[in-house]
Amino acid sequence: MASLVGSRVERKEDKKLLTGRGKYTADVNFVNQAYAYFVRSPHARAEIKKVDISKASKASGVVAVLTGADISNDKIGGLIAGWRIKSEDGSDMKVPAHPPLASETVNYVGDHVAVVIADSLDEARNAAELVKVDYKVLKAVVSTQDAMNSDQIYKDIPKNLCFDWLLGDRAKVKEAFDKADKVIKIDLINNRLIPNAMEPRAANADYNPSTEEITLYTTSQNPHLARIIISAFNGVAPENKLRVIAPDVGGGFGSKIYPYAEEVVCSWAAKKIERPVKWVADRTESFLSDCHGRDHVTHAELAVKNDGTFLGFKNETIANIGAYASVFATVTPTYLFGPCATGVYKMPAAYSNVKAVFTNTAPVDAYRGAGRPEATYTIETLVEKAARELGMDPAEIRMKNFPTQFPYQQTLVHSVDSGDYVTGLNKAMEVGDYKGFEKRKKESASRGKLRGIGLCSYFEACGIAPSPVVMMLGCGIGLWESAEVRFNPTGNVTVFTGSHSHGQGHDTTFAQIAADQLGVPIENIEISHGDTDKGPFGYGTYGSRSLTVGGTAIVKACDKIIAKGKRVAAKMLEANVDDVEFSNGEFVVAKSNKKKTIGEIAFACYLPGTYGEVKSPLPEGEEPGLKETSFFDPANFSFPAGSHICEVEVDPETGETKVVKYTAIDDFGTIINPLVVEGQVHGGLAQGIGQALYENCHYDESGQLVTASYMDYTMPRADNFPDFDLGFTCTPATSNPLGTKGCGEAGAIAAPPAVMNAVMNAIGTEISMPATAEKVWKACNENKKTNSEAA
Amino acid sequence: MKTFNYHSPKETKEATKLASSNSVFLAGGMTTIPSMKLGLASYKDVINIKGIKKLSGIKVSGKTLKIGATTKHAEVAQSKEVKKSIPSLAALAEGIGDPQVRNRGTIGGSIANNDPAADYPSACIALNATIHTDRRKIDADKFFRGMFETCLKTGEIIESIEFEIPAKSNYQKFPNPASRYAIVGVYVAKHKGGVNVAVTGAKSCAYNDKDLSSALTKNFSSSAVQNVRVSPSGMNSDIHASAEYRANMVKVFAKKAVEAC
Amino acid sequence: MKKVTLEVNGKKITKEIQDHAVLSVFLREVLNLTGTHVGCDTSQCGACVVHVDGKSIKSCTALTVDLQGSKITTIEGLAKNGKMHPMQEAFKKLHGLQCGFCTPGMVMSAVDLLKNNKKPSDTEIREWLEGNICRCTGYQNIVAAVKEAASKM
Repeated sequence: MASLVGSRVERKEDKKLLTGRGKYTADVNFVNQAYAYFVRSPHARAEIKKVDISKASKASGVVAVLTGADISNDKIGGLIAGWRIKSEDGSDMKVPAHPPLASETVNYVGDHVAVVIADSLDEARNAAELVKVDYKVLKAVVSTQDAMNSDQIYKDIPKNLCFDWLLGDRAKVKEAFDKADKVIKIDLINNRLIPNAMEPRAANADYNPSTEEITLYTTSQNPHLARIIISAFNGVAPENKLRVIAPDVGGGFGSKIYPYAEEVVCSWAAKKIERPVKWVADRTESFLSDCHGRDHVTHAELAVKNDGTFLGFKNETIANIGAYASVFATVTPTYLFGPCATGVYKMPAAYSNVKAVFTNTAPVDAYRGAGRPEATYTIETLVEKAARELGMDPAEIRMKNFPTQFPYQQTLVHSVDSGDYVTGLNKAMEVGDYKGFEKRKKESASRGKLRGIGLCSYFEACGIAPSPVVMMLGCGIGLWESAEVRFNPTGNVTVFTGSHSHGQGHDTTFAQIAADQLGVPIENIEISHGDTDKGPFGYGTYGSRSLTVGGTAIVKACDKIIAKGKRVAAKMLEANVDDVEFSNGEFVVAKSNKKKTIGEIAFACYLPGTYGEVKSPLPEGEEPGLKETSFFDPANFSFPAGSHICEVEVDPETGETKVVKYTAIDDFGTIINPLVVEGQVHGGLAQGIGQALYENCHYDESGQLVTASYMDYTMPRADNFPDFDLGFTCTPATSNPLGTKGCGEAGAIAAPPAVMNAVMNAIGTEISMPATAEKVWKACNENKKTNSEAA
Repeated sequence: MKTFNYHSPKETKEATKLASSNSVFLAGGMTTIPSMKLGLASYKDVINIKGIKKLSGIKVSGKTLKIGATTKHAEVAQSKEVKKSIPSLAALAEGIGDPQVRNRGTIGGSIANNDPAADYPSACIALNATIHTDRRKIDADKFFRGMFETCLKTGEIIESIEFEIPAKSNYQKFPNPASRYAIVGVYVAKHKGGVNVAVTGAKSCAYNDKDLSSALTKNFSSSAVQNVRVSPSGMNSDIHASAEYRANMVKVFAKKAVEAC
Repeated sequence: MKKVTLEVNGKKITKEIQDHAVLSVFLREVLNLTGTHVGCDTSQCGACVVHVDGKSIKSCTALTVDLQGSKITTIEGLAKNGKMHPMQEAFKKLHGLQCGFCTPGMVMSAVDLLKNNKKPSDTEIREWLEGNICRCTGYQNIVAAVKEAASKM
């Protein structure tokens, strides 16, 4: 059987999704279900004086109106921050309580105050208007930059400061800067984004009074994590009485990693009223209450020699984490950001200092790339500026500072196992016809357009591991992954993974891996995920970890199956175990024609004896059945890397900027399914270009979200993009047997600086993201003015 | 969305009788339905007027083109009569919203709603349109009163819009990147009696830019536009575009329109 | 409540429904045709696109009572005799979908495009899909799939 790894296998999950047979949480209905509608704060910051539910409780169809007082009476715990960060002075981070329904204060527009549960959604919504909340409105803290000098939001959190974290050595950096010929400085804003998975969040919780079990259907990237948090921290039900099912999930990009207040409330309420409770977010609620992404204000400096050699780097960042510390909110701007901020370069000395601040805005958490886009944007715009100021070619300055020996110990944390950055950049320049740019620029100019070119070389650290190390750094969970490979008696296979697809194509890629390992046709392999009652505990899908960690767990479980298969085959074939070899689905006794297929072995394992024609006694002491589980904890992160080149055209009359050519060369190690990997890169690029040119979350001074709909938040559409040119280089990862590296976030990491460097190259001025038409137009005009004054 | 009583009259008179201060006429519903869903509007009665036959259709007679109020954007965009008589109007319709909106949204609905960033109001003004209602004829320059405001009375139904066929015309839109409505849209139309330059998106209501119109009446060329000062005063300013930027874009898109005429 | 009669995916259906029930609600909650998705509910995202009398519309912004007597095709009605429509086949072949949430609307919109334009260019495809937002694919494989389907139809 030909190997499936590396081939463009069409996705197994597509038929159902293409014919309308997918099953998303909003498609799940229970008999007698009631509908939840949340009363949310219209104010960014206020004290709750009184919540009057008397009218709402009597409204038509209303089953229950529950408030923060009820949740506190029932001792339902708050939402949690999952990663403890320590400040430079050794003190623990400070986080406010985050009750699923607020009872004392509300801290962002959209914060949950009460829930109305009724027989129909219309009735719930109408009754919600009758809940009267008496607020004392307080001055909101909105600006990231000014948060530390604004009113204090929480009594116990001075300066609204969650932590003041340092990674690196300030003294060494000072030494390096003292030796520099030149110091390049940059001030940046990494614009706040709203993830906008197309499927709005939803939950449907069903309580079974006879078994006292809650079944929660939810839009989660991570049902096991949802179960443990809702159980252990919120205390809604013991873990063995809570089943969490995430059926088909319509995108997440980070925003569905962690459980939200609504899932806690629906589960708790379903038990309380002994009826299923369904909630589906409308798009406005998604904008207001999904966790947002990015939102950094950064000052960074690069010390260089005149020949372009980098000597040192410093990074001072304020990260806005919103009103509460969400699950991965604290690790995103620290360990996911700081280490990567020195980029893909040899950097003798570096530090990253991050101050995380609370504001009266929606919580900010991991969003595609989580910390690494911010890091890459910082270093890559700084490097581009260095090239400009030193009069060097942007490619040359990068080449000069790439490490060439691997494994490479990166300055701040990572030991990068493999990579070849020189080849990557060379290939990007070749595929993207770097040399031909001037000609294309002239052609654009003949049409009145300004053309610019921008580079980005990146590396990133994904598939966070190993668990003992990340736990030492403050992580409250492990980051291994599980797999269970279950042969059914008739020889087909079900593989359970703790990872969970929300569009990545696990059903196909994981089946390719299992098919290759076991020699079973791919159509006989079913991948099962998303149901805590089916497979073993796992950590879900985010941070480009599924394949490297979850895929490897499958390989390991298959290894165990094969080991057992060899013992059983040896017995059946009357051979020595050591003489049994396994390939292409067959156990063969060396130097003989004696063999058994893996299907026959599976059958034997389930019928361990002699019955008519069946003669399959198991070896002595061997348990019947053929099912193996593996929990894989990798020794290291994986480190995808690459070089992207973007070309833009600017219309100086309007400032409109379009990406007209984009070349992405990535090293994801071994690629299992190129079709899927290309799709991941395309999607990441669209989100990265979206951040650079279109998307921006905007709160006004009072903390009202101005961009709360598709009328005001620019979602990139088909006509915003050209076709992207992709290419790959391959240095296999050494930290997993497949040699794979994560690919899901690379596009979103590399694109923003590539695009912005191209824009700045086109207009000759620094400009902040997103480079909207008006901003670019203003920059063009100022240039014109400066130039004419100079003349 | 709050509940309401739905009606589907077959005659204008019947529709008018059903109307009250707490009712709305429903054509394509492209604004009315989302507004009701978002809680921005609610009505006791929703009166569908798409069943009234005489409100739809496209007809050229002499110097004018008449389009029934419930004619859909896609019908205008694809109409041979419109393409032949006023191609810029067909192009404008082709640029409204997206294909699904064009398959449902109507010209009458658009102008009755008078969104400050809608396309059709600028066409009405530039093309000296007459709005025919069930009770009177209204000149376009009197019809549009302000943001989401027209001179229509309660229960008054637009039956058709009659456009003067110009010698030359063109519409150029600079779309809002999020909503795809006009940040500015400029409709230039050269008639025997002079040039109109109708602008949408820039202010609270579409308007005829008198300075640009008179400059182009004297000299129909893009260089004539260049010398006109467009003031940002009174222009919209929001997260997508400042007044100053809009003022400049009015000129840029007026030039583009003249050049494309 | 009003009585409506519609033909949905070739089947004649008569139901009593609320005056304010939009088509997406009718399809999903009354007929259990949950392939039509609701992503924004205000007619921007396009996840709810279906065909009414052969033309694509956004079902979240059409009252069911307004469609009396219409023929409606949803994503569930596109495959014939268990065989997927060439557009569906092309999306599968070229990986034109990831999470699948926008996909039903995207496919229905693309099928309507090919009714109007048998051999659309890349630009025409990208412009036509203006009303369908996809957050996963970056659109590239969707455009390729529409072209592939055009070549097969």
